[in-house]
Amino acid sequence: MNIPIFVLLNLLKVAVVTVIFLMAVAYTVLLERKLVGRIQNRWGPSRVGPFGLLQPLADGLKLFLKEDLMPSAVFRPLFIMAPIIALSCALISIGVIPFGENIRWHGVDMFQIADLNIGLLVILGVTSVGIYGIALSGWSSNNKYSLLGSLRSSAQMVSYELALGLSVIGVVLRTGSLRLRDIVNLQNTHGILSWNIFGGLQIVAFFIYLCAAFAETNRTPFDLPEAESELTAGYHTEYSSMKFAMFFMAEYANMITVGCVATVLFLGGWSSPFGDLFPAFGGPVAQALLPVFWFVLKVFSFLFLYVWVRGTLPRFRYDQLMGFGWKFLLPIAVLNVMATSLVLAFHG
Amino acid sequence: MNVAIFILFALLCLGGALNLLLQRHPINSALSLIVVMSSLSVLYLLLGAEFLALAQIIVYSGAIMVLFVFVIMLLNAGEEERTHGSRAAYFAGIPGVLALFAVLAGTFVTLRLSFGGTRLGAFLVTTGDLSRVLFRNLLLPFEVTSVLILVAILGAVVLARKEH
Amino acid sequence: MTVPIVWYLVLSAALFSIGVCGFLIKRNIITIFMSIELMLNAVNLAFVTFANHWHQVSGQIFVFFVMVVAAAEAAVGLAIIISLFRSRNTLNVDQIDLMKL
Repeated sequence: MNIPIFVLLNLLKVAVVTVIFLMAVAYTVLLERKLVGRIQNRWGPSRVGPFGLLQPLADGLKLFLKEDLMPSAVFRPLFIMAPIIALSCALISIGVIPFGENIRWHGVDMFQIADLNIGLLVILGVTSVGIYGIALSGWSSNNKYSLLGSLRSSAQMVSYELALGLSVIGVVLRTGSLRLRDIVNLQNTHGILSWNIFGGLQIVAFFIYLCAAFAETNRTPFDLPEAESELTAGYHTEYSSMKFAMFFMAEYANMITVGCVATVLFLGGWSSPFGDLFPAFGGPVAQALLPVFWFVLKVFSFLFLYVWVRGTLPRFRYDQLMGFGWKFLLPIAVLNVMATSLVLAFHG
Repeated sequence: MNVAIFILFALLCLGGALNLLLQRHPINSALSLIVVMSSLSVLYLLLGAEFLALAQIIVYSGAIMVLFVFVIMLLNAGEEERTHGSRAAYFAGIPGVLALFAVLAGTFVTLRLSFGGTRLGAFLVTTGDLSRVLFRNLLLPFEVTSVLILVAILGAVVLARKEH
Repeated sequence: MTVPIVWYLVLSAALFSIGVCGFLIKRNIITIFMSIELMLNAVNLAFVTFANHWHQVSGQIFVFFVMVVAAAEAAVGLAIIISLFRSRNTLNVDQIDLMKL
């Protein structure tokens, strides 16, 4: 193996994934504005470029050129650090997600940045550290709305992390591995029938994961940390310009990551829903890119669901949110783990 | 490479621990403790404990320290007041700590030849290895700890509840 | 190039000593509690190091149990701190040394 080529290709891979990921973040914002517009019977952004396709560019430029306000009574070091923590934690977890088949070129895995034995734990760990961005931003802003938003958000994220972790255990029990590639490979045999959500009977777990993921990313119906009608804007009330943009990007990056994880864990990752029903076509390049297409399609439909839910459901009240997490999701998550392990013990 | 990673994260650990000692505001101390814990998890990876490294991040950095930060924010704890403290702690405690460190470090350094060295990959405990020991040989202690956690949760709820 | 095991052990001893120092010097009860967590972490590092040296899993099992107990301890300890703060309105240990709420 040629070491310089290996290092160069790896760096290139990281750069390409980062750029695509950031572009995806920008266009998820556009997707959301367009779809919510259609749901509310209006057009959404349509002025910049054809169908408003250049809107993210204009938004980015606007945020970049805005004045960066620094309120006078904030705790400066933490106030600056908080959005950086939020964004970097949101970007890290994409590094362990496999996008396609394990195809190597010069010894470099083309469709995954890092293939770790403990990939799933890395995602859970990074998510749990991401809380600090929100918690510290609210506290350091020295503003009651920010503080309330961040207290709510830390309590909410800690509570729903339990349900999130438990919902994933069923899948791990089935696979017997925390490696994300192993998890996908197990679902790769008979198309849609062997996906964890259907063939693995993990549909309850998928529902729990969905709810917990919506809460973890602070999205409707669990968007209490930034409930506009009560808290102005919640934890990022005092932020402006690029620092606000970092929080904004972190939220959408988290949505995409959650979609990727749901795809890998429950929806069969890059595997085709038809299995081997249709004969293979095209050259080796098409063979390598087709799984990536399925992966992107699944993540896209997950994002679509996100926006659909936002356009449909009203916000929970805070006590309803906590009650839902602790009294409903957590018990059924435990029951799901027990049922899965019983089934595996007697039939596995 | 091994040595470079070790030195980098050992220095981060020591710097974070000293910063915990020197900072007057509890939230700064808490953040330096998070730095210590996260760099310790890298050292665990170097020592081949991959599950524990991530458990360290999830449990310590992601759960316990979030609780600390949450309580600091909830009580709005300000700068630490400078009060005299206990004389015994200063006159017996500090030399005692130095003596303790000298004894420990001295013992380890005299035994350095029998310990030898280690590098990344020399010994790897996978999640499977760990859980095999945990759920076959040590099932009873494991179950007992779950009771301990239940008791702790109940205790925390009772202690922190407002009196009516 | 290998890292001497002794370096890990000395680092663990240093972290433990800093933790004891913090326990003695600091006057804020939350920081004192954090020093205790630092000591626990230092001991964990020693356990993992010995597990690596003897090629035994048991050292890591110890760390696992220490983590579980530390989580329980943090929950109860912080609850005690909150109820102390409610009754005394201070976090300074010199004003809450009566050993009762």
